[in-house]
Amino acid sequence: MISATDLRLTFGKGTPLENPALRGMSLTVNQGEFVTVIGSNGAGKSTFLNALSGEVMVDSGKIVVDNLDVTRLPTHKRASRVARVFQDPLAGTCEGLSIEENLALAIKRGQRRGLTSAVKKQYFEQFRNSLSSLKLGLEDRLGDKMGLLSGGQRQAVSLLMASLTPSAILLLDEHTAALDPKTAAFVLELTTKIIEEQKLTALMVTHSMKQALEVGTRTVMLHQGQVVFDIGGQEREGLEVKDLLELFEKQRGLSVDDDSLLLG
Amino acid sequence: MLSEIAFYGALETGLIYGLVAFGIYISFRVLDFPDLTVDGSFPLGAAVAAVLIIAGWNPWLATGMAVLAGMAAGAVTAILNVKLNILNLLASILTMIALYSVNLRVMGRPNLALLTEDTVLTPWYDLEFLEYHQVSVVLFAIVALVSLILLWRFMKSETGLAMRATGANARMARAQGIATGGMIIFGVALSNGLVGLAGALFAQSQGAADVTMGVGVIVIGLASLIGGEAVITPSSVMRALVACVIGAIIYRLAIAFALNADVLGLQAQDLNLITAVLVTLAIVLPGVRTNLTNRFSRKKA
Repeated sequence: MISATDLRLTFGKGTPLENPALRGMSLTVNQGEFVTVIGSNGAGKSTFLNALSGEVMVDSGKIVVDNLDVTRLPTHKRASRVARVFQDPLAGTCEGLSIEENLALAIKRGQRRGLTSAVKKQYFEQFRNSLSSLKLGLEDRLGDKMGLLSGGQRQAVSLLMASLTPSAILLLDEHTAALDPKTAAFVLELTTKIIEEQKLTALMVTHSMKQALEVGTRTVMLHQGQVVFDIGGQEREGLEVKDLLELFEKQRGLSVDDDSLLLG
Repeated sequence: MLSEIAFYGALETGLIYGLVAFGIYISFRVLDFPDLTVDGSFPLGAAVAAVLIIAGWNPWLATGMAVLAGMAAGAVTAILNVKLNILNLLASILTMIALYSVNLRVMGRPNLALLTEDTVLTPWYDLEFLEYHQVSVVLFAIVALVSLILLWRFMKSETGLAMRATGANARMARAQGIATGGMIIFGVALSNGLVGLAGALFAQSQGAADVTMGVGVIVIGLASLIGGEAVITPSSVMRALVACVIGAIIYRLAIAFALNADVLGLQAQDLNLITAVLVTLAIVLPGVRTNLTNRFSRKKA
């Protein structure tokens, strides 16, 4: 379980460019939930995810992951509990290292690293099995450099790396946004498969309302650094993009002017 | 042509600069941390070893202390960068400048002679199957080989892999639970520890430590690294490490040839100019080679 309470964060405080990114954001994600997060540009989606992962520190508020207050912990100390896939396919893996070395890095996420050999023989079966589930033929290319793979392949491996070891929450930051439509669909399908199979708790930021409703068990919309609505269960069944927009307008008395949200 | 003595001399210094190149490989290539501390940690290693040997320490123990001193210098640079957010290049220049004073303090004067002292080389001169000028080559080859194997094992270990990830993609490394700041401090310390070792061995083989002996070590080390990479493509850690040693030896041999070839009319004072030309060639030549291949393949097509 992960709970964020009244998170507040202002970038560039006291400067003309002062930008309040989070203004009292609160959200609780229960074990096994798959929450999709939407919101227009500047709504605070990415900042929220960065705050959860520890890449940015909040000014005030509290973040609890599995009963541990992580609010002041840096990224690497949260890593045993928080897994992450980035928007940029190049960001989640090291191109200079081989596929097996990348996986070996991920299998020790948040654990102590010693002086024993990093790529151990006993890992190979697990590596091969999980790679073959991608159906990209990567299981025979364990020794290849990550840089030889395409963006889509690398994002698929990133996803695999994030799910190699258990975590309290998996954070997906628009992880299909930088891929072509076909690859994006493949990675999204893979995401839902992995989350279902391993019963992961996940938070997925997306730019597309359609995607937000199609996958997951609950949808949250952010606006100006706050949660404006939060729907799940029966209420969410059969909901369409236009219903979401109506909800949003009703809640805020505003109309959505971000075309990409409508068209996505 | 090169005399036998000059040849062995080039091998000897080449092997020592191979250790420097290992250090520069760790900072420049593995961590992507341009570190100029080496210009200070090389004479620091020499100074510490020389002072302790003169004080009657066991030469190997003194050399070990030189390694620790080098590591401390590297750690200072990295801490300036990681904890105080000073740009890495500037942090290393600050440490380098500071070390000039430190080295003078350590030695108490600008240079110390070791000619009459027992060094790590002394027991080896008694071995009958080695000629006098081969001794340091054999010993330094063993030191370089042991360092290479240990470094290779380290880079393949969990911690070593974490260090490589830190330099390649720090954001990803953090997300995997790697304390990237700690890794940078450890890595730059390790790098300068190797350079301190090189300085200590250099002082013992040359019979003196001098406060100015560090000038240009960074350029020679980089020349070795880049030259080695031009000869041996560093596609794996092992190849990259071997390239460091080979590059350093080639560099020293090239210098020796240039200085010995009377036709060229070069003299010892031209050393730095030759170095700069060699480094430029090492950087430019691989590009020229691919350019030529491209041209040829285009013509074929």
